[in-house]
Amino acid sequence: MKGKLACAILMAPFFLLLVTVFLIPTGTAIWLSFFAADQPGLGFGPERTVFVGLRSYVAVLSDPTFLNGLGTVVLYCLIYIPLMVLGALVLALLLDSGVAKLRSWAQMSLYLPHAVPGIIAALIWLYLYTPGLSPIIDLFAKADIQINFLGIHTVLPSIVNIALWSNLGYNMVIFYAALQAVPREVLEASVVDGAGPVKQAVRIKTPLVRGAIVTVGIFTLIWALQLFTEPVLLSQSTPMISARFSPSMYIYDAAFTRNNYGLAAAASVILLAFTIALSYGVTRWTNRKAA
Amino acid sequence: MTLLGRTTVNVVVGISVLYTLLPVMWLVLAATKDVDALFRSDLFGDFSFVENVKNLLAMDKGLYGRWYVNSLLYAVIGAAASAFISIAAGYAFDKYSFRHKEKLFGLVLAGVMVPQTVLALPLYLMASEAGLVNTFWAVFIPALFNPFGVYLGRIFAQGYVPDEVLEAARIDGAGDLATYFKVALRMLGPAMVTLFLFQLTTIWNNFFLPMVMLSDQKLYPVSLGLYQWNSSATVSPEYYPVVIMGSLFAVLPLILAFMLLQRFWKAGMTAGAVK
Repeated sequence: MKGKLACAILMAPFFLLLVTVFLIPTGTAIWLSFFAADQPGLGFGPERTVFVGLRSYVAVLSDPTFLNGLGTVVLYCLIYIPLMVLGALVLALLLDSGVAKLRSWAQMSLYLPHAVPGIIAALIWLYLYTPGLSPIIDLFAKADIQINFLGIHTVLPSIVNIALWSNLGYNMVIFYAALQAVPREVLEASVVDGAGPVKQAVRIKTPLVRGAIVTVGIFTLIWALQLFTEPVLLSQSTPMISARFSPSMYIYDAAFTRNNYGLAAAASVILLAFTIALSYGVTRWTNRKAA
Repeated sequence: MTLLGRTTVNVVVGISVLYTLLPVMWLVLAATKDVDALFRSDLFGDFSFVENVKNLLAMDKGLYGRWYVNSLLYAVIGAAASAFISIAAGYAFDKYSFRHKEKLFGLVLAGVMVPQTVLALPLYLMASEAGLVNTFWAVFIPALFNPFGVYLGRIFAQGYVPDEVLEAARIDGAGDLATYFKVALRMLGPAMVTLFLFQLTTIWNNFFLPMVMLSDQKLYPVSLGLYQWNSSATVSPEYYPVVIMGSLFAVLPLILAFMLLQRFWKAGMTAGAVK
């Protein structure tokens, strides 16, 4: 097709945004990470910005609070992602099996939490975790079980639960859509070959929706590494969540509480590199398994 | 399938449905109670729904109303503009060919991977350079960027706009842009709705960027406002019923939008997932 001008006009607004809110900021983050504000002499006179090379990176990577945050997020991913992918897939397979009752009604209900904004999902669950407000804690108390959802060992699973609740239905719908696209002849053939419903789900259907599983897995991963909203909200109510609980919280704390832009930028670049490396690694790994 | 199998399937689905529904139902129920009833955890307290609504609207001189209007402006206008921009780019990626096209498309996809938290500090510094910190635009402009929308737009353009139609329009003497706005855009209607809903959810959810950019409470979206009120609630419990009622109202527009536009987004999500 000809019409270079038309093509440029159609793309211009998007690429203007791409440059201003994506490329320049990413470049700025990398640039900032090599500089620091230096007080000259005895702290008198104007602040100067000086090149410090990798000093900020060394500072971030040798900061135990950053490494703890990174560890927390990795642990969070290890619990959350398998639960999410497996849970959504099993639900989609069950709904696709044809024996579930009230299928579209069930789908709507499972999808509902996705229409609840993240901060409000966190608010609802925070209240369900708060003694005195929570009917769940009362219920446990009636059975003589003391439970603290915001304790040192329970706070991470409590965050996983919020994320799971928010996104399970959304990912289930994606899997369900992929399952609907599986050719019916393939399924009929497997029935003729004597595959029962469980075997059919595990051996035939699941491999055929691999693409959707990988996509959901990678998006869940990228999103999970940014962990911020839920812990920030819960931190208003529990001392178990520090201001540097996750890398994103660390960046916010460095930039806007400590006003150390170099440190925040270095932590941002490390988080970015970590995200890219993990997504790339997962893609490569799944591609090799497919080959 | 055996009776046992059928029962198991329905029990598992049933429990999952309860898991997703009960917290929302708790929110609805909690919105009808006053502070005392909330902390007594009675299933049904005195019915103070109307009073809670009044308190919500009166709290801090009617701040909630402002937040709500702000959120609607950020989300509705932002999502519409974003959908329009993304679809145009996606369409151009599908229908035109030029050098390094796929490399450029790769750059667009890379945009999906970069965390918001990484961009926040540079965006803040740029906005303060431009004098936009603590203004409507500081939150509005970055939210227009939706690289995933361009990806979906390309897939939709491939599926919904046949090249023959464009060829026919050209033979009739229509220019490229006229063809896009008069012919193609109409065929991309369902795609537009999908992207609109997608970005509506994202912007309505937006929390990190407003938190970084805004210090004036009057510019807050609902999400940030409720966050702040919740921190007040830990000190003065009379904020609890207000936050709960505020949350309930904040959930309604998205549920409404999804129910009204259900037909479109289902088709849209399918297209995105299968490819």
